[in-house]
Amino acid sequence: MERVRRALTSDHAIGWVFVAPSVLLVAIFGLYPILSGLWLSFQKASLLSPVREFAGLENYRAIMDDPRLKQAAINTIYYTVLFVPISILGALAIAIALNRRIRFIRFYRLAVFIPVVTSTIATGIMFLWLLDSTYGLANWALGGIGLGPFGFFERPSQAMPSLVAMTIWGWLGFDTIIYLAALQGIPQELSEAAAIDGAGRWSTFRNVTWPLVGPATLLLVVWSTLSALQLFDEVFFVTKGGPLGRTSVVVFYVYRLAFEQGLAIPLAGYAAAIAYVLFLVVLALALVQFWMGNRMVHYSS
Amino acid sequence: MSATATADQLERVDPAALRGEVGMVERRRRRWLPFSPWHLFLLPLAVVMLVPMLWMLVASLETLDQTRHFPPILWPGTLRFENYPNALRAADMGTWFWNTFVVTATVVLSNLVLCSLAAYAFARMRFLGSKAVYFLLLATLMVPLQVVLIPTFLIVKSLGLIDHLGALIVPNLANVFGIFMLTQFFKTLPVELEEAARIDGASRLGILVKIVIPLSAPALATLAVIQFMWTWNDFLWPLVTIINNEGAYTLQLGLAQFQGAHQTDTSLLMAANVMSMLPMLVLFLLAQRYFVRGIATQGLKG
Repeated sequence: MERVRRALTSDHAIGWVFVAPSVLLVAIFGLYPILSGLWLSFQKASLLSPVREFAGLENYRAIMDDPRLKQAAINTIYYTVLFVPISILGALAIAIALNRRIRFIRFYRLAVFIPVVTSTIATGIMFLWLLDSTYGLANWALGGIGLGPFGFFERPSQAMPSLVAMTIWGWLGFDTIIYLAALQGIPQELSEAAAIDGAGRWSTFRNVTWPLVGPATLLLVVWSTLSALQLFDEVFFVTKGGPLGRTSVVVFYVYRLAFEQGLAIPLAGYAAAIAYVLFLVVLALALVQFWMGNRMVHYSS
Repeated sequence: MSATATADQLERVDPAALRGEVGMVERRRRRWLPFSPWHLFLLPLAVVMLVPMLWMLVASLETLDQTRHFPPILWPGTLRFENYPNALRAADMGTWFWNTFVVTATVVLSNLVLCSLAAYAFARMRFLGSKAVYFLLLATLMVPLQVVLIPTFLIVKSLGLIDHLGALIVPNLANVFGIFMLTQFFKTLPVELEEAARIDGASRLGILVKIVIPLSAPALATLAVIQFMWTWNDFLWPLVTIINNEGAYTLQLGLAQFQGAHQTDTSLLMAANVMSMLPMLVLFLLAQRYFVRGIATQGLKG
């Protein structure tokens, strides 16, 4: 009796009681999908019919010669290569500017932070209007300095850069907050010491600021790459993959296969295989970035 | 590892500093302008960041004819506030708001409760398998919804939740990010108070509710606003799980559909959009410090 009572009141029992609801939920909706998705990727299946057929490696083999997937992969890489460096370097510049005690600084910060809480759909509606090729404010403003007119989302060659511009508007605040936090972690004595040693602004930046925000930069590079490779909402809502498939990205292609065409035709297994390959690529890339980054980044303290 | 190093660095930052109240770098320099030269960069930047919103606001107060004009009419003269009630009538926005509110409120509350419980156990108790379980939970943070969308959909479908608000609620009742954030926070609290209470015979639950929770208000507020933002703005998950039931549309889903149906009715669409953004913006203005802190801590999520 005594032993039972002690077991029940010990941390073993109560600990599990505390974590059980969360662990159960995460196991069902976080861990299990990873395994069942892998299983699905070896099958011929559609989302709505219970009929499934084992297909071996067929789905994975099909990935190799799917021209539309190749196009989607190229588009995804194009987006990532534009988005990651521009958003991160832009955010660093902005964070440095916002890291001072000048008048209106709270207003400036608010202006940069506000898009962070704006939903993709709301952002999309605003930018479809702003970048409207006929009545858009952007064409009017750019025309004022002798540029354009642009077709933006309607022109095959301009759609992706327009998407990049729109998503950078939405993401800048996020990156800037991370950089601001890192900048404020820099002891003031360090930049003062550099100034006393006669270092100029650029030299201080190069030798003090840049190395010290290294961890934040690494984090943002990994994270921005991850989210850029998984771009979906903006493409789905704003460009629908067009024009001429020029903004069709991998996750969008997977969505179409599984949830539009795959409802009736058994394409869900193939879509799951693509998603799995994307997952492995993303994971490998993150690990490589962290590994390389850790060799270059200096951690203080 | 590296993420933790950055995490520690971010943890030490005072949110007041991020908002621009204390402790910023200030250099005395000879002035070549009557104001700081940084304004020359920051003012145009602020304008560019705000223009999409201001332009939406202007269009929401114009007539349809005024929006169909090039060069654009920058100020409509008389403001047409009728666009707002008209937008509310043009679609079932009330239902969207209500659904989104129900989902968001449930998810936020449940996360506060379940994540606190789990985080307290992970932070303060040693139980069989606790380390392994914690690690396994964290590992799922690496897997974004996009890549497990199809299997997760199939699970929710087999639970019979498709086309119900439950599909949006149940899978999100406990978020690993919340568990992680609160575990880190609870570990920073002084353990002496809890020990004293233990000696006085308080239960674990009693300690959590009476001692730990009151000390954790800022962390809980941070989790609440971040979770609120994620749930309120979520689009992909409602998109795949609410298929044939407009009565279960969330605000984002409804807006996306509204945009398709009223593409050319710009003033109506913009009025609807302004209304959809208002709750989030108000919350942001009221709780800016918690948003900023939450985003700075989100750095851990990667």
